Formats: sequence, structure tokens, C-alpha cells
Amino acid sequence: MLTNLFDGVAYGMLLFLIACGLSVTLGLMNLINLAHGAFAMAGGYITVVLVNRMGVPFFAALPLAFFGSALIGLLLERTLYIHIYRKPHLDQVMFSIGLVFMAMSGTGWLLGTGQVFVDLPKFLSYRFDIFGLLSVGAYRLLIIAVCGVLALTLQLAIAKTRFGAQLRAAVDDPTVARGLGINVDLVFAVTFSVGSGLAGLGGALGAELLGLDPSFPVKFMVYFLIVVAVGGSAGMVGPLVAALLLGVADVSGKYYLPEVGAFIIYLVMIVVLLWRPQGLFSRAGGR
Amino acid sequence: MSATKYDRAANIARAEAALHDVAKIKRAEIVFWLAALASVFFLQDQYLLLNEVAITGLFALSLDLILGYGGIVSLGHAAFFGVGCYAAGLLTKYGVQDPIIGLFIVAAITAALGFATSFLVLRGTDLTRIMVTLAVGVLLGELANRLPRLTGGADGMQGIDPGLLLGRFEFDIFGQVAYIYSLIVLFVLFVIARRFVFSPFGWSIRAVKENQLRTSAIGIPVTGRLVVVYTVAAAYAGVAGALLTQTTSFASLDVLAFHRSADLLLILIIGGTGYLYGGIIGALLFKIVQDAIATFTPEYWEFWIGLILVAFVLIGRERIIGAPMWIWRRLRGAA
Amino acid sequence: MTVALRTHNLIRRFGGLVATNDVSITLEQGARHALIGPNGAGKTTLINLLTGVIPPTSGRIELEGEDITNASRAHRVERGLVRTFQINQLFPNFTPLQSVCLAASRRLGLDRNLWRGIGSDKRVLDSAIDVLERFDLIDVMTSKVSALPYGKQRLLEIAVAIACGPRVLLLDEPAAGVPEGERGEIMAGLAQLPADVTVLLIEHDMDLVFRFASRISVLVQGGLLLEGSVDEVANDPRVKEVYLGEEAHG
Repeated sequence: MLTNLFDGVAYGMLLFLIACGLSVTLGLMNLINLAHGAFAMAGGYITVVLVNRMGVPFFAALPLAFFGSALIGLLLERTLYIHIYRKPHLDQVMFSIGLVFMAMSGTGWLLGTGQVFVDLPKFLSYRFDIFGLLSVGAYRLLIIAVCGVLALTLQLAIAKTRFGAQLRAAVDDPTVARGLGINVDLVFAVTFSVGSGLAGLGGALGAELLGLDPSFPVKFMVYFLIVVAVGGSAGMVGPLVAALLLGVADVSGKYYLPEVGAFIIYLVMIVVLLWRPQGLFSRAGGR
Repeated sequence: MSATKYDRAANIARAEAALHDVAKIKRAEIVFWLAALASVFFLQDQYLLLNEVAITGLFALSLDLILGYGGIVSLGHAAFFGVGCYAAGLLTKYGVQDPIIGLFIVAAITAALGFATSFLVLRGTDLTRIMVTLAVGVLLGELANRLPRLTGGADGMQGIDPGLLLGRFEFDIFGQVAYIYSLIVLFVLFVIARRFVFSPFGWSIRAVKENQLRTSAIGIPVTGRLVVVYTVAAAYAGVAGALLTQTTSFASLDVLAFHRSADLLLILIIGGTGYLYGGIIGALLFKIVQDAIATFTPEYWEFWIGLILVAFVLIGRERIIGAPMWIWRRLRGAA
Repeated sequence: MTVALRTHNLIRRFGGLVATNDVSITLEQGARHALIGPNGAGKTTLINLLTGVIPPTSGRIELEGEDITNASRAHRVERGLVRTFQINQLFPNFTPLQSVCLAASRRLGLDRNLWRGIGSDKRVLDSAIDVLERFDLIDVMTSKVSALPYGKQRLLEIAVAIACGPRVLLLDEPAAGVPEGERGEIMAGLAQLPADVTVLLIEHDMDLVFRFASRISVLVQGGLLLEGSVDEVANDPRVKEVYLGEEAHG
């Protein structure tokens, strides 16, 4: 019971880490970017290549996965995404699906279409019992710790730092923000890049838990969208709660009700959207 | 009032002509359907491909109704297509052998499904719509996968043996009966759709896409209109799915896959939205492109599909389609 | 005189803010009534209350004796309460003819017809042409709406509303954004409004208000400051203060 809860939390934390960038680009910047999962996949594959083929230690590979994905994100934002911020949603959908297809095929061509595994350090496979109630895996503990720290950092960064204030202003009203001397383009680019990097880090951390193969961006597309849509876009708390809810519901659903477990998250989503079409934590006034 | 400076009768005649003109059957349309008819006689070796084009065209036509006319972006339209596929297969296997009766039943089933999900889909923003349509698609795919006794699971549904068409024609391995059947269904449903979009109801749906605020301000219930068009489109997609099952005697999980919905969007964008022919033309072009890509890089054709999508958005449909159209117009102008 | 539209103690609060404060207005049938007030006086909120975009916190709205406080937007239009918008809300890819035909079809209950062409009903055509002639849109009736000059679009904004067959018409700043040279066209259009239609005009342009309206209500901070004839309002010191005060603030 508790073990399932624990696993669900770890899973949810991962979803949050991957989707938090999306909640900003999609929820706040209003950019429908279905290719967000591709950045997570990039992070995962960077780690696989670094660790398995080049012998880089896992913990050294994680920051590299972050920076690698962030760099890819930055490049794509500057060259391609910048042209579609103002396009209709249909165009954004088509464009990002196109990117997904290219990323999937490209990855399959370069690295094979099968599922890949990261050679994790031995000690991460260690499990320890707590009073016989809870079996805690070191790997999942690591995930929770890293994601928890990052979630806290992000919330603080958005709420307290100068950049956070600029981001909030830029999202609220780009024209006014520009008038205030904020470099909106730069703020968006940095945000997009950091979001991609975090997704990459999530992909790297979670490669083992989520399973990594070229279809990753499509497989988890709905999950990320649910996190954003259910969580709303009023900061990091909403998406975090939504991700945890999703993670716990998914893991325990699949465990206790294997027959219908895969459907539980969709039911949760449908119920939430019927109840609150704008998400659980929409901004005040909710539009 | 002092409207005397106008010739009322002449203006009414002019207005009537203008309204009639928009809905008039154009010469190009007649040519289009004559060409389709000609394909039956002159492209015998391509029946299987043409059958697929006709079915995909019908499927894309149904998306055009909700996207091109209603303005709803759906990423899960394959759900209805897939349900149509499996429903037709099950009907054939368990009693209803007649293909045409099957089509009607499938249309009713998918219309009901469309109606039921429309309330979920039409709530909220583009984001929730995209997510819900996507989720419904995934959900049904998962369901089909989990019910192998009903659907055949990952192996696909086997042993579908549709009865004789109209009690006389057997589906042959060359696909002749299949293609003619699909083409006729496409034509009939096309004519109905064409009538529909030029009716006052059809105009009210276009109005919803143009400006929801104003549409409701002139007293037209926006959500109600979208529910209707979504339901009709679901039935169309279901019929397209049923045609696929009936003419190929097979249904597989692939029909519910995400890429079906994505490809469909691409098809419609290639062909153009909001004039009904876009889906069919797009389906034809898509199949040709797909075939061409498959000959030189069979495994990674999705990469090229992705590239086309990105190019369409960044360069713009007008400029990509516009180039050959411009040449065509020049040629016609010269002739 | 019959009463076309009446509000009883209409109140709307947004959180702690009172956007509409105890507004009671009576419009007699065929009235040319103007509602003026400085920016932020709550004019738009009042329109939204009347048309059912938002519900009132308390109070009642009556349309020709029927309580429509909780009626749906579509029902209000059906009963003849129609509005125009301050910012053009048109169908950009339609023609003016198609726009008014759709509205007329709706009025005649033909908008649910799935089969016949939109121009196949003589009554629809007749009322559409009548409206287009009235607002001098006949010459451009087959052009694309988005290609029309701004002044013509403003006229179409009203024409579409008239095609709905209103009993009461709410005109939300019909001259907003219209350049000086095209104002005459708008005035001419307003003069063509059917005499039996009751009009509530919300407008900033005092010149237009004084020429068009016979009665004026002044809204300040959500509440009615006064109501009276054009002369009464024009000469009221409080009105001058409100407007001069606004001008002084820029």
C-alpha cells in the first residue's frame, strides 16, 4: 500500500519534472507544443549514449542531459518555434507533431527502434524496508529527492527572482512588458530552453522507470498534457499536484485493478474536466 | 422608409444569384467526379490503392466538417474511424452480413459516440480539446488492445467475411467491387455534406468558426451547433472505418493509432480545409507521396511526413500549393 | 405608452467592486435613449447584464413585460433584445449579404434547415435586402466583409443586428473608431433605424448623442447620476463636472 504510494509519488514527480516546462510554454505562453516529450527523450538518449557507450558516470551524465536538451531547445526555439508563437493553434499542433515525427524517426534511425536501458549505478537498485511497511527503492528515492528539490527551486525562482518577475510580466502582457524594458524574446527563449532542459533531465532520470524508446514522445504526450490541463497554469503548485495525482492514480490503478488500471487516469482527467474545465488550479478569474 | 432610390426587385434577383452562385456546382467539380468515374474504367490495376484513397478521403472529409467548418482542432478523430472499423468487423462476424445495413448501424453507433463525447470535447479551450480528443483516441486504442477476444488484440481481427453487396456482388481480390462500393458511398456522403454546408444550418456552423461571440449574439446557440456537426462528423468517420473493414476483411489496432489522426490532419492541410474536396485531394496526394517515399526509404517515411508538416507551417500552405496553382492558372490563361 | 425594456434595481458586484449599482432604467417603445458616462462607469457591464453574458447579483430585467433576468442569450435574441459591439464582431470571410441572410434565417426560424440553400426563401431575401438598402450596403453586399472599409463594417455591425428583427436594440458605441469623414455615414445609418424599434445608445461622442437621442441617462461609478431630456442633461452642472473632470485627468 505505502510502497505503491511511494512508487506513485516517484512517478508523479518525474511527470512533473518533464511537464513543468510545458506548463509554462503551453499554460502561460499559450504555445501548443506537442513535441515537448521529444526533449525528454533527447535527455534520456543523451544519458544512454554517455553512460552505456562512453562510460560517463550516471551522475555526471545527468547535468549533461539537462544542458544538452536545453541547448537543443534553445536552438529550436531560436530557429523554428519563434515563428509559430503567434500562429493559430492548428498550425502549432501540426508543426509540433511534425517535429515529433522527425524526432522519433531520427532517433530510430540513429540509435535503433528498440527499448534502451541505462546502466544505473549498482547502489540505485538497492531497496530497503522501513518497519516492514514500506519498501523504498534507492532509485525512486533519488528521483523524488531530485525532483522535489527542483520543484521547490522553481517555485522560488518564479516567485522571488528578478527573472521570475520578468517572466510573469512577459506572459501577462508581452506588449506592456516590452514597454517596461523587458527583453521578452530573451525571457521566452530562456524559459523554453530551461523547460526543455528540465524535460531532458526528467527523461534521463526516468529512462528506467518510464521506459525509453523512440515512441516516447507520443506515448507520454497525453500524460504531459493532462498534467498541464488539470494542473492549470497558476505557478508550479498546480502541475505538481496534478502530476502526483496522476502518478499515484496510474501506479496504484495498474497494481490493484490490472484489468482497468490503464484507464484510470483518463477517468480522473474526465472527471476533473467536467468538474472544473479550466483545471484544478486556474488563475483567479479563470479564463 | 425612404428606400426608393433602390430597385428592390433587381437587388433581390442579384442577391439570389449571388447566394446561388456560391453553392452552384462548378465545372471543376463535374470534372473531378467524372475523373473519379473514369478511374473505375481505366485504372484497374490501382483499385486497391484507389479504394484506400476513397476511404481516407471520406475520413478526411469528416474531419473537414469539424475543422474546416466548425473550427475545432481534433487530435483523436481516428477514434471514430477505429470504432467504425471494429464495429463493422464485429457486425459481420456476428450476424449482420449485409455491408450496407452494416454501414447504417455503424453510422448510428459512431454518431452516438460522437454525441456522447462532444460535450467533453466542446468544453473549454483548444488545449483541453486537443487533450481530450487525444485521450479518447488513446483510451479506445488501449481498450481494443485489452479486449483481444473481441478485437483480436495485437494480431488484428481475423475471419471477417462480409456478405454479398446488394445480395449480388462479391468482394473480389482485385478490389473492383470494393473500390466501386467505396466510391459510391463517398459520393453519396459527399453530396449530403455539400448540401449540408450550404444550408442555413451549415452557414451557422461557419459563423461559429468565424466569430462565436457574434454568432451567439444573433441568437444561434454555439455549443448546440458544434454538437451536431461533431456528431455528424463522427458518423462519417465511422462509415469510413466500416468501409475499410468491409473491403479489406481486416481490422487492426493500427486504425486507432495516434499517427492516423496526425496523418489525417496533414492530409486535410495538404488538400485545404473548408471546401470539402480538400480531404479527397489530400488523400490522393498523401498516398502518392507516401508511396514515393516508401520506395526509397521505407522505414523512416514518418521522418519525411514530419518534415512536410513542419514545412507546411513555416513556409505556409499558400506558398507551397500556390506555386503549381499559379503555373496552372497561367497555362489556363494562355489557352 | 408601452414599456419596451425595464430594469429594476440591477446590481452586479465583482468581488468587492460594485460595477452596476442599483440601476433602474425604463425605455418606452420606440425610444431613442442614450446612456453616457465616463470610462469605467459600468456601461459595458450593464450591456452584458442586459444581454445575459453575465448574471446580475440582484435585480430584475423585463423585456416587454416578460421577466428575462435568467433567460438564455438565445432566448433574449428570439424575444427581440439584440446588441451590437463596440469592437466589430463580424464574420470576416462572409459577404454582407451572407451575414444578414444568416441573421434573417435565424429570425424566421429557418436556421436549423439542413437541406435548402440559404437564399432559397423569399422572406429571408426580402428582409436581407431591406436591411442592406437601409444601411447603404447594397453596392458592397457581395464583397468579402474583411475587405470592406471600416465605416461600412461599422454599418454592417448594425445591419446584422437589425436583420435579427430587434424590438430593443443596444448600440454599443456605433461610432467607435470611425474617422471624422465617415461619421456622416453612421449618422445616416442610425437615422434609418425602424421607428418602432427601441434603441439604447451607448456612446462617447456627445455630438452624436445629442443629435440622435431624445432622452439621456448618465452613468457614473456604476450608478445612475441622472436621467432627463437632452437639454436637461446638457445643462446639468453635475454632468459637466463629471466630463470636465475626466478631461482634466486626460
